[in-house]
Order: sequence, then C-alpha cells, then structure tokens
Amino acid sequence: MSTAKGLNLTLKVWRQKNDKDKGQMETYQVSDISTDSSFLEMMDILNEQLINEGKDPVAFDHDCREGICGSCSMYINGQAHGPSREITTCQLHMREFKDGETIYIEPWRAKAFPVIKDLVVDRGAFDRIMASGGFVSVNTSGNTQDANSIPIPKADADKAFDAATCIGCGACVASCKNSSAMLFVSAKVSQFALLPQGKVEAAERVQNMVSQMDEEGFGNCSNTGACEVECPKGISLDNIARMNREYLSASVSANKQ
Amino acid sequence: MTTLNSKIPEGPIADKWTNYKNNINLVNPANKRGIDVIVVGTGLAGGSAAATLAELGYNVKAFCYQDSPRRAHSIAAQGGINAAKNYQGDGDSTYRLFYDTVKGGDYRSREANVYRLAEVSTNIIDQCVAQGVPFARDYGGLLDNRSFGGVQVSRTFYAKGQTGQQLLLGCYSAMSRQIGKGKIKMYNRHEMMDIVKIDGKARGIIARNLVTGEIERHSAHAVVIASGGYGNVFFLSTNAMGSNVSAGWKVHKKGAYFANPCYTQIHPTCIPQHGDQQSKLTLMSESLRNDGRIWVPGKKEDAEAIRAGKMKPIEIAEADRDYYLERRYPSFGNLVPRDVASRAAKERSDAGFGVGTNETGEAVYLDFSAAIMRYGQEQANIHGHHDASKEKIQALGTDVIEKKYGNLFQMYEKITADDPYKTAMKIYPAVHYTMGGVWVDYNLMTTIEGCYCIGEANFSDHGANRLGASALMQGLADGYFVLPYTIGDYLSNDIRTGTIPTDGPEFDAAVKDVQDKIDFFINNKGTKSVDHFHKRLGKVMWNQVGMERSEEGLKGAIAEIKQIREEFWKEVNVPGTNDSMNPELEKAGRVADFLELGELFARDALDREESCGGHFRVEYSTDEGEAMRDDKHFAYVSAWEYKGEPADAVLHKEELKYENIELKTRSYK
Repeated sequence: MSTAKGLNLTLKVWRQKNDKDKGQMETYQVSDISTDSSFLEMMDILNEQLINEGKDPVAFDHDCREGICGSCSMYINGQAHGPSREITTCQLHMREFKDGETIYIEPWRAKAFPVIKDLVVDRGAFDRIMASGGFVSVNTSGNTQDANSIPIPKADADKAFDAATCIGCGACVASCKNSSAMLFVSAKVSQFALLPQGKVEAAERVQNMVSQMDEEGFGNCSNTGACEVECPKGISLDNIARMNREYLSASVSANKQ
Repeated sequence: MTTLNSKIPEGPIADKWTNYKNNINLVNPANKRGIDVIVVGTGLAGGSAAATLAELGYNVKAFCYQDSPRRAHSIAAQGGINAAKNYQGDGDSTYRLFYDTVKGGDYRSREANVYRLAEVSTNIIDQCVAQGVPFARDYGGLLDNRSFGGVQVSRTFYAKGQTGQQLLLGCYSAMSRQIGKGKIKMYNRHEMMDIVKIDGKARGIIARNLVTGEIERHSAHAVVIASGGYGNVFFLSTNAMGSNVSAGWKVHKKGAYFANPCYTQIHPTCIPQHGDQQSKLTLMSESLRNDGRIWVPGKKEDAEAIRAGKMKPIEIAEADRDYYLERRYPSFGNLVPRDVASRAAKERSDAGFGVGTNETGEAVYLDFSAAIMRYGQEQANIHGHHDASKEKIQALGTDVIEKKYGNLFQMYEKITADDPYKTAMKIYPAVHYTMGGVWVDYNLMTTIEGCYCIGEANFSDHGANRLGASALMQGLADGYFVLPYTIGDYLSNDIRTGTIPTDGPEFDAAVKDVQDKIDFFINNKGTKSVDHFHKRLGKVMWNQVGMERSEEGLKGAIAEIKQIREEFWKEVNVPGTNDSMNPELEKAGRVADFLELGELFARDALDREESCGGHFRVEYSTDEGEAMRDDKHFAYVSAWEYKGEPADAVLHKEELKYENIELKTRSYK
C-alpha cells in the first residue's frame, strides 16, 4: 500500500532550438504524477507525452540520477536545482510540489554557459579552467612513494575532501547575480592547497585557474553567498576566502614569469 | 573456428607480469609522437588510460557521450577501492586478494589476470594519494580502511560514500593536465557509432557529434574501448541513464568475441522500486553492511501487517526478527558476497516475508539501531559518560554513523522520505554491474587486432561475481598500469606506419552504414517511443533472466526478445531531426543494440547448465537453495562470435585452468 498521490501540474518550460534561436517559454500540462517520482521522472513523462503527440521532446542534461555526476542543471521556480537544499534536480522529488501548482523550468543562465538546446547548456568553460591548473603535476606511473609516507592531519584531509565533493554542475554560477564561478574554482584550489601533495605548485595553480576563469567571461564575486545556499554539495564560502588568500600570497610572492 | 589464445605468459604466477614487462617491445619517445590512440569512454578505465598514454607521449583522442569526461558513471561508485596494502596488519597479501577475488568470482575468472590485478592494486593507492585524492584518514593522519563482502580483512580504502567520485576526479585531473598540453584531444558529447578495420586491424572509429549531428571519421593506430557495463539492458538498473553497450556491441559485430554475457551482478542493497514511473534505481553502498544488520519479520503475519501499513519495524520484538544472513551464513553474516545476499533477500520476499509497501511487496530491512547503540556506548566510554541515558547514547551513536555514512543516509531520505537514523532502511536487490563483456586476452586485446577493451566493458577479472570495491580497482589497474605496457608492445610495430588516412573505402563504408541507420530512425515514423521497447525488454530480462533463471523461462525470453526486436524495427518512433541535438535518436541506437545483446544474454544463460556467482539456474541448486557449480563441464569462458542474428552466434570456449587455487565449493557458512 503506497501513500503516493497523483499530481496535476502546469509546466512552463524554456524551449530553444539551438544557440542561435531566441527561445521562449512554452506551457504544458501533466497529470497523475506520483509524489514518489523524481522531478526528472516527471520530465520523462512529459517527454513521452510530447513524443506521442508528434512534438519535439524537451532536451535536458541528466545521467546518473543519483546526485553525483553533476549533469542535471535545471533552474526550477527561480532556484538552481529547485526548492530543496543540498540536492541536485535528479534528487528532487515530486512530493515537494502541490497538486495544481505551476512550475517554471529554465536552463542555467550565464554568459559563460551558452544554451545548446532547451535546458541544455555548454559548461565547457569549467573543463578549460580545470585544464589550466586543476591537477597535481605527477605522472601516473605508479612509482610514487608509499601512500602512508606523508601523514596528513585528519582535519586537513576532511576539509580537502569536503571541497573535493564539488560535482561541477554550475549551480553556483547560475545562482550568482554576477555569474561568478568563484565557488567552483575555489573548491578545486582549496582541495589541493590543503594537501601536502598539492602545496608544491599551489601558487602557480591559483594564478592560472583564476586567469582562465576571467578569460571565460565569469563575473566577479561580491560575497552575496547565493552560491553556497544553492550548492547541492554544500561547498562552503570559506573556500572562496581561502582562494583569495592563496591568490594574494601568490601575487605578492610572484615568482611566476 | 579459431582457437582462443589467452596469451598468458609462462612461469610461476607471481613472476608472470614482471617477466612479461621485462620482455616486451617498447616504443621510444620520439616514435610515440607519431602514434595515435583512440579511447572511447572516460570513466576510471578510459580516463586513466587516456591520461597515462598521453603522458607516455602518444597522441590520444578521447571520446565521451557526456558533456565532460568528469561525468562518467564511475563517479557514482560509493563504497571504496580494494588494495592489498595490509596497513591493518590483519593478514592481507597479494595472494589473499587474488584468492578472495577468484573465490568471490565463483572460480570462473582467469587466474593470471586476477593475480596481476592484485599485484598492481597497491600502486593505485600510492598513485591516487600522490594526485591529491582525499581518502579517509585516521587521527594519526594515516589512511583508514573498511571491510567489504566476501572477505575477512579490511583492505578497502574509501572517501566517505564518494570514493568513485574522488578517484574519477583524480583521473579527470590527470586527463585535464594532458588536455591542457594538447596531448589529449577531448571529444565531449560524441558517441562512437562504429569501429573501422583496415586489413583486419582496428584503425579508427566513426563518431557522431551529439550537438550538431555531424558524422565524423577518426583514425588511429589502436582503439581502446572503455565504455562500461551493459546493465541497462534491464531498463531499470543502478547504471547512469546513458550507460550503454553500443561501443562494445559494435566491435562485437566487427569481430570481437563477447564473453559470458549472462554474468550479471544484482546488488543486494538498493532502494526498492516505487512504481511504474521509475526511471532508474539507486544503490546504497555495500559498506553499509559493515554496520547495518539485514532482517525480515520471523512471522508471516507481522510481514503482512507491515506491508499493509498497520505495523512499524520498531514494534517487532528482537525475538520475532529473522536476521537471515546471520542465521544462514554465521561466519560471514551480513558480509556475504553480493550474489548470495541478493538471492537470500529474494528467497525471503518470495516466501512471503518481504516488507515492501510498494505494489510488489519486495523489500527487506537494513537496520542500524544496533550499530548506533554500540558506537554510542563506545563514545560514552571514551568521554567518561558512564551513566549516560539511552537517548544520550543514541545521539552519540547517531553522530558516529552520520560521519561514516552521512551522504548515503541523506540520499536515502531524499528518495524515500524516511529517516534511516530512526527507522530501518528498506532495501531490495537491483541490477548493478556486468561481469561479462568483450573477450580480451592477457594483453587486454580483443579478437580484433589493435582493438583493446578495459574496465567493466571487458570480461576478464571478476568471473561470475564481482566482490565489492573491486570494480574501481580493476578500472584503474587496467588504465594506469596494465594497458600502457601491453599496448606499447603492439604499437612498436606501427612506428613507421604514419597517420592513417580517413578517406579510404573502409571509412566510406562505415560512414554509409551509420548514416543509413540514422536516416532509418528519423524516417520510420512508427507508433511507439524508444522507451516503450526498452521497458518491455527490461521486464523480460528481469523476470526471466534476472536473479533466477530456468530453461523454460530462458527459452520464452529468447522468443519474446526476438519479437520485441522485430516490432522495434517496424514501429519505433524517433522525433526530431538528425542535424541537431536529439536524445531520442541517441537512445534508439542504444536500445537497438540492447535488443540484440538481450537475446544473446539469455542464450548464454540457457547454455550454461550450472549455477555460478550471479548466474543462478533453478535446475542446478541444492535443497537448501545454494548454487551448484559444475566444474567438470563448465569451467570455461563462453566467448560468442557474431554471425548476424543472435541465434546464429557461434560459441568458442576458453578453458579455465586453476594451477594456484584449488577449485572448491564456495562456502560462506
């Protein structure tokens, strides 16, 4: 015996054919959606309905559907990943909505994330920032020292882990009024800055990553904190403070050419 | 009929890999710059291979269907990665990891490959730490370990419940470094549509740009398939929505044998299905079985009351609970291997003791209340609260559990709206991993020369059942430490070949085939969606080719799948066009391949008249419901050769020889 109920909903969904199209909101009705369904299962039902009506289904990014791959990227009722905290869109369940409700569904909106189609955006800028310095320059030969040869204080390891849980979804950028990518970049900078293995090239890393971030057209950080609130993994603003310290100290010590 | 040569090096098992490495041909650094390698898939296997090959100096082209290599489904692995480090001093060794893996795989894996895997496992941990992977540590600053099913040592390294994520991001970092240098050319949102063979050798692929729809030609001196498993043939699984068999199936159709398709892992601890609208299933890490106890009501009437919503688990007295794993398997208890735990859950549910409140009633409890009290008491002792109240102890224990499994508990609560700190979790088995895959020799080369297959996509290391925390180990072992050696030996013959042109007749023919199929889908304008067929296939697979298989069921499944496939080609409806992003078109191509694989899968299961690991035939079981293996007749790998229809596939056998481990009936009692 299930406690699930069937919801009838009005959906206002952003439709855009490609990056050149202007795009517009379209209205759809869906009915008898189980409250146990996930938000993306509701989107599947909408798409099945559209296909059966001979219409083009709504394109959206999704893959793991368990909140870890970072693919899904919907702006729901004015919030990245919808109304609940610390979850991705795929973890959002329909029990968060009321029967008869109207739901607005839009893509991430940022200059650095151009729309590809409907709700799908291009987050390649994040990959390029990573390629500019989001790594430790050690080859994968396996001929490194024993994993336990450098003890790492548990507190540092835990903080590095917390920063490293970023899934690169881009909710921070979408939520920020300046479309800043500081939370994303600072999470990677912090993870490595907190570990002895990453400290070696910390100064160069932070300068390269920040410079690539600027080049991609992300805005500045004005410490509003919307990114932290909307981050599905609860990445802390402390990381931005740490990155700023790292960046400042790298700039003044500047042994970079 | 060709004979299968697994190319296992001579010599004692412990020396094989070392001797092999000492005797292979190498490619000098200058020559590597003239050699191209294609890697399809960017999970732990593909990502680590791409990064390492690029570091060595080869020109790598890497492909993934996702928008970034960081999203491959390895990212969702939760519990951990095994390595024979013996940091705990509890008796672990390379041999023991090797032994556990062969035994866990129910004696259906290749000894030499498994030994090599165990041997390089320790390098993986060293490597990942050097890359900045933040593994869990103890208060002394050293790495922490936990236990997984089917073993009696603690050899699993972990990063909370996000180990796969941290390892994949480590891989992605290494890849990013090479992408920045231009040594890896990354093709995101691209799908491999076919492999191109020239003079019998793999020389390139046809790929589709999923944004523009453009069909592209890419050439290389070798092609590496690292596209993961095919669990989505069941429609509902814990795999990512996009996970598919197509890359492996395309090489199969061009000459690569497909091995043991019926070996599928049904993971015991997943969140039960909620209803027909469900799109995928979610795993709860096996690590939870370190502390969670699995039970169902001992009385049928209690189970009925729970299913009807008239009773709560907490109201059932300790004496009326059946901790059936602890009862049936006292020495391994809740930590029996996955296949054993899954079947036991099904047995209890089928017998009427299931506690699911959904339509199926299928679920068992995974209960943390005992662990919460145990840890709480320990904390109370440490802090000197010797007269702590039950509530205080509970709060302290909850804290410990939260630190260990916080993200998993949160995930459970989000999906089910139940608080697992307060009430027992409900779990049920679900399709999770496929041990079968493209057949490879010791070099990880398929039966197509120059075409390699690594990670979950190949068949080699896990036999008929994979132990927990071994998938990550195999992916990284293949990509970081095995393939880079074996592929070099092959490529040493290609130092004078030069760039392979893409305008020859082989590429033309492959492009035409791909284009024809896409045109067919777009123009067919049938009456049913791709998902309609995928769901039907999934139902047949789950009911007849799932946890329990019978001759009659399998024969029925084969006929039914064939019929669904015929209907698919008549009635499938793919909306939209082929010159822009079209997810339905992508799905259509993948489901077309699943519909062929599904039939071969059932045929393989029918052919294997024994029960082993994840393959359980009702005709071959003991009175107690335990699997009955038949080593006399079935100690071989089934490698299928493509001949058109799945019914025409030809079976080749690789005999499995056990020289270092004695074949025994697997017992966890």
